[in-house]
Amino acid sequence: MSALRTAARTGFARGGIELKQTLTTFSDLWTYLLPAVLLLGTIFFMRDAHVPGTSFSLGTRTLPSSFGMGLAFAGLVTVGQLLIVDREDGTLLRAKATPNGMAGYLVGKIVLIGGMTLIGFIIQLVPGLFLVDGLEVDAGGWLTLLWLVPFSMVATMPLGAVLGSVFDNPRTWGLIMLPMIGLVAISGIFYPITSLPGWVQAVGQVFPVYWLGLGMRSAFLPDSLAAVELHHSWMHLATFGVLSAWAVLGLVLAPIILRRMARRESGSAVAARRERAMSYPGR
Amino acid sequence: MTGALVADLEASADERVIDVRDLRMRYGSKDVLDGVTFSAQRGEVLALLGPNGAGKTTTIEILEGFRMRSAGDARVLGVDPAAGGERWRARLGVVLQSWRDHGKWRVHELLHHLGTYYSDYSTARIQRPWPADELIEVVGLTPQRNTRIAHLSGGQRRRLDVAIGIVGRPELLFLDEPTAGFDPSARREFHELVHRLTDVDDTTILLTTHDLDEAEKLADRIIILAGGRIIADGSADQLSRQVEGESEIRWTRDGARFVHAAADATAFVRELFKQYGEGIADLEIRRASLEDTYMTMVRDFEAGRAVSGFER
Repeated sequence: MSALRTAARTGFARGGIELKQTLTTFSDLWTYLLPAVLLLGTIFFMRDAHVPGTSFSLGTRTLPSSFGMGLAFAGLVTVGQLLIVDREDGTLLRAKATPNGMAGYLVGKIVLIGGMTLIGFIIQLVPGLFLVDGLEVDAGGWLTLLWLVPFSMVATMPLGAVLGSVFDNPRTWGLIMLPMIGLVAISGIFYPITSLPGWVQAVGQVFPVYWLGLGMRSAFLPDSLAAVELHHSWMHLATFGVLSAWAVLGLVLAPIILRRMARRESGSAVAARRERAMSYPGR
Repeated sequence: MTGALVADLEASADERVIDVRDLRMRYGSKDVLDGVTFSAQRGEVLALLGPNGAGKTTTIEILEGFRMRSAGDARVLGVDPAAGGERWRARLGVVLQSWRDHGKWRVHELLHHLGTYYSDYSTARIQRPWPADELIEVVGLTPQRNTRIAHLSGGQRRRLDVAIGIVGRPELLFLDEPTAGFDPSARREFHELVHRLTDVDDTTILLTTHDLDEAEKLADRIIILAGGRIIADGSADQLSRQVEGESEIRWTRDGARFVHAAADATAFVRELFKQYGEGIADLEIRRASLEDTYMTMVRDFEAGRAVSGFER
């Protein structure tokens, strides 16, 4: 009721302010531009390669795949990282000391990361359209985007929050990138998954990265390209199923783990982390 | 109806804002708090003093609702802090020692934003939140109104911390070592701000400090914690009377300096003049300061504990 309204009102305000801040902070702009530059560079060099068994450009296939990867990274890595940083520097404790502060904080983060993802997406999409040929979004494609993008957030953000609650130290968070990069390699983002051994394909299909890449390809590529996917189909039902499973897992775990993490926040916990951070040279 | 009831509750002046009985906190086999009992009335400023590890921060964090107690009874604004809801939270202020949170936010932006969380909790008596510009002026940050928080100096940041703590016009304010890192003039300004809060707004304040001078200046009552227990509770005057208060008397006679400690300084000086009369010069009497009192109490406590530990 009113607490929910307060959380939505304060959270949207918070997310909006923080989004504006990232867009006016020079160092933050890099976090938008750098991935876009790297991606577009990669696609540029792929322009003469073809999807195996077709005459379709590999670069054109990679662009939507990496949109899917971007969604997964935003939900898993960015959410977790912001949570760890905010916990270490006391942002979360301030939220805890404020009435409805935690709810406002969470809504604010969802708005912020949703906005950052959208902006990052546009920064990659618009120049990408000039760089590759053959992207097309028909009515069905729009429909796919309409459910897939919000659903990707539901499937990944709670998991990201769980990861961010489990890790305590921002300086070890970088380790999470190693399995993430491994996951990207086996999820058919930069090269079709069909070229990998069967058991690797099976592992890749457990995680959301593969399905988000597939879903984005289904939205942006002509339907004839479905022929080179596994089972020669876009597999929307399976995409929905696997993402739902991750969403349920995340939505069950996240409230429990977030609550446990929040309960442990106190002035002395933040002070202890500050001491630890100060003991790292060069930070 | 409920609004009138809430206003009525707020109005009862003898309401115990803090009421703690036999508070205990145990980590493993170590008792951090070992039966702490005290209370605070509305408008009272209470200082918790004690050596490091005495249990000050644990006590304050239990009362803030940030930490679960092991045993004992605690009421803060009439509510168990372990089960306090958002309405209860809105009546509290917590001044946190900030570090680098909200670095990209501007001073006015953050205070205004945090204020909006409190707007649902205004009452007939207390208009929440404190308007950001007014609050910025109160803590002396007007020139930094639109500065990014990352660019504030240490002292300015601490003043912002205080502003954040009081943006909801709290009825009870927690201050954990509020002036650590303040320069003397910032400290004086902060003390004036605390006086204003208690005089004008009738705010109850619980503060911890290492600065005995600060405790003496700000607090109506001082509680000294040591080893997880309260070893003294009273005004600075009452505490110094509890300790065998020996005043220090200095004088010169025929160019020579003398120093003497006496429990009854007046009697001693009377005798001194009777004996030497005009020969006495540069007379100085220094009563036991809070610092002396504190050091004596903590030392006695630790000596007592050492003995009882030996007996066991």
